[in-house]
Amino acid sequence: MGKTLAEKVWDAHVVRRAEGAPDLLYIDLHLVHEVTSPQAFEGLRLAGRQVRRPDLTLATEDHNTPTLDIDKPIADLTSRTQIDTLRRNCEDFGIRLHPLGDTEQGIVHVVGPQLGLTQPGMTVVCGDSHTSTHGAFGALAFGIGTSEVEHVLATQTLPLRPFKTMAINVEGKLRPGTTSKDIILAVIAKIGTGGGQGYVLEYRGEAIRSLSMEARMTICNMSIEAGARAGMIAPDETTFEYVQGRPHAPKGKEWDAALEYWKSLRTDDDAEFDTEVTIDAEELEPYVTWGTNPGQGLPLSSAVPDPASFAGEAERAAAERALEYMDLRPGTPLREITVDTVFIGSCTNGRIEDLRAAAEIVKGRRKADDVRVLVVPGSDRVRLQAESEGLDKIFTEFGAEWRFAGCSMCLGMNPDQLSPGERSASTSNRNFEGRQGKGGRTHLVSPLVAAATGVRGTLSSPADLDPTPLPSRDHEH
Amino acid sequence: MDKFIRHTGVGVPLRYSNVDTDQIIPAVYLKRVSRTGFEDALFSAWRHDESFVLNHPSYRSGSVLVAGPDFGTGSSREHAVWALKDYGFKAVLSARFADIFRGNSGKQGLLTGELDQDDIERIWQVLEDAPGTEVTVDLEQREVRCAEIVAPMQVDDYTRWRLMEGLDDIGLTMRHIDEIADFEASRPSHKPRTLA
Ligand code: SF4
Repeated sequence: MGKTLAEKVWDAHVVRRAEGAPDLLYIDLHLVHEVTSPQAFEGLRLAGRQVRRPDLTLATEDHNTPTLDIDKPIADLTSRTQIDTLRRNCEDFGIRLHPLGDTEQGIVHVVGPQLGLTQPGMTVVCGDSHTSTHGAFGALAFGIGTSEVEHVLATQTLPLRPFKTMAINVEGKLRPGTTSKDIILAVIAKIGTGGGQGYVLEYRGEAIRSLSMEARMTICNMSIEAGARAGMIAPDETTFEYVQGRPHAPKGKEWDAALEYWKSLRTDDDAEFDTEVTIDAEELEPYVTWGTNPGQGLPLSSAVPDPASFAGEAERAAAERALEYMDLRPGTPLREITVDTVFIGSCTNGRIEDLRAAAEIVKGRRKADDVRVLVVPGSDRVRLQAESEGLDKIFTEFGAEWRFAGCSMCLGMNPDQLSPGERSASTSNRNFEGRQGKGGRTHLVSPLVAAATGVRGTLSSPADLDPTPLPSRDHEH
Repeated sequence: MDKFIRHTGVGVPLRYSNVDTDQIIPAVYLKRVSRTGFEDALFSAWRHDESFVLNHPSYRSGSVLVAGPDFGTGSSREHAVWALKDYGFKAVLSARFADIFRGNSGKQGLLTGELDQDDIERIWQVLEDAPGTEVTVDLEQREVRCAEIVAPMQVDDYTRWRLMEGLDDIGLTMRHIDEIADFEASRPSHKPRTLA
């Protein structure tokens, strides 16, 4: 029987296989950030261990970093301590670090692919659950805990048990106004936040094939929200084109060798998945979440659900709790929900294409009066690229705040937070209670919905907007 | 790492499903750089609520958490495990755990035992009817005992062995360092490096 993509990548990295023990898997790339690494380095020091392969390790500062006044010392003392600790650890152990203010600084999952360090067929880990992002390249990429970070630092391997495999077939074509974010929100709504547990998801089908690399990353990024460890997409021409020419892409003969190998990285026709799920892209509408987990999502045209309509008691109770926290009443059309803040950014939707898509919508418009709009590029390179295209101007003329790169309001570890009771439309990946600030309420949306929501002040899609008040982009003033 | 054979302690009924790691320990606490002292952070948002189970005097000294399904979902933060351990929990019982959380727990010697939801509900009932009741988590026998209830508990063989032996993962892997070096010698040269 043939193998799935995930099995191929797995098998190519087994250092040691023994009866009854997990496989020992080799790790090609280890990404490090300030939050989940200090205790791992502390562990190394306590045990007198070294970093085995600093040349397969890369660190960046992202979770704690401010997005304003980045040239000043970080005001929050604990944040500053974490950053300082990372800097000292990288220095002591010889690890390459892109600190705040460096052109290559940014969210770890934006930086890896952008540098060409993420390539097909690799194993990629990071002490961060959204490492699944890198699976968009046909890499086996997953988040690990701090003990595992220490383990990888010390040995460049991880003991792991094989995952089960699930095919997510997304057939048909996306309609205008819908994006890869809507695909993944629909997938999670369908299989649930625990539906992917124990699985590596492989996204397949026409709709996936036609997505850009960045859109594919958005999908793989949120695999973890379906409970899966990893999500993967088989590499194809789109992937190869994206990688080629990047700073760390193979060159010359190496490129040819790599390409030949990468082309073998697809699920064999006679391979079997443990589970298959099919979604019709043509039927998708823009999705938004109404509750406090990413599986509690619905098409924007629907209304807040009635908890009584849920089948299981646990689901009912969860929905009730969610509605109470979100301060929503059953039957309210989602389009009538007013937000205080729009956040465009994160490792899910903070890439250049996301910013372009949002800018396209807000261009020539003014934001709704009472809405705060925060645009935070996923990396400093994304910021520079956006500025060279004039996107920053479009956003600021719209009334949005244009910031420096980082995780920002995705998790509110820096000063970018919701106040208690505030409601956001956010392009990030988690709508958990308090995720974006204590008492904050989050609706997960695509960049298009975020932008349109910024215009109207209520959850909206671009289709809800009046025609642009200004001439189209050919007649720029 | 201490060996875990069996443990008896006060059971705490946590009747929530989908307890994600943001609830176990909110992100603001992740700024610390130490490995201990996270007990105050555990369930910190909920602990402001007087009716929260850990605020009940009979449960305060609890060491066995009995939770709803899908415990530990969300972020990979290992701080969730440290917070539970620092508070004094030795074991968490649930019908289903998030993978990363379970992996993190095993490494830190916090036992995550899977029970049937029916058994969880029966234990909840006992713990609520008689707050302060002790629960015995027997890793050797793979069972949980509470009052009259004897419930089978699922833990995979490897984790069980490691916990019972108190073995540290890195030390185990270091035994195979030659195999790692052999593997490295045959890695394709087109794989990227971060340093020149
Ligand atoms: S942007 Fe959000 S999800 Fe992504 S790495 Fe940062 S905190 Fe995690």
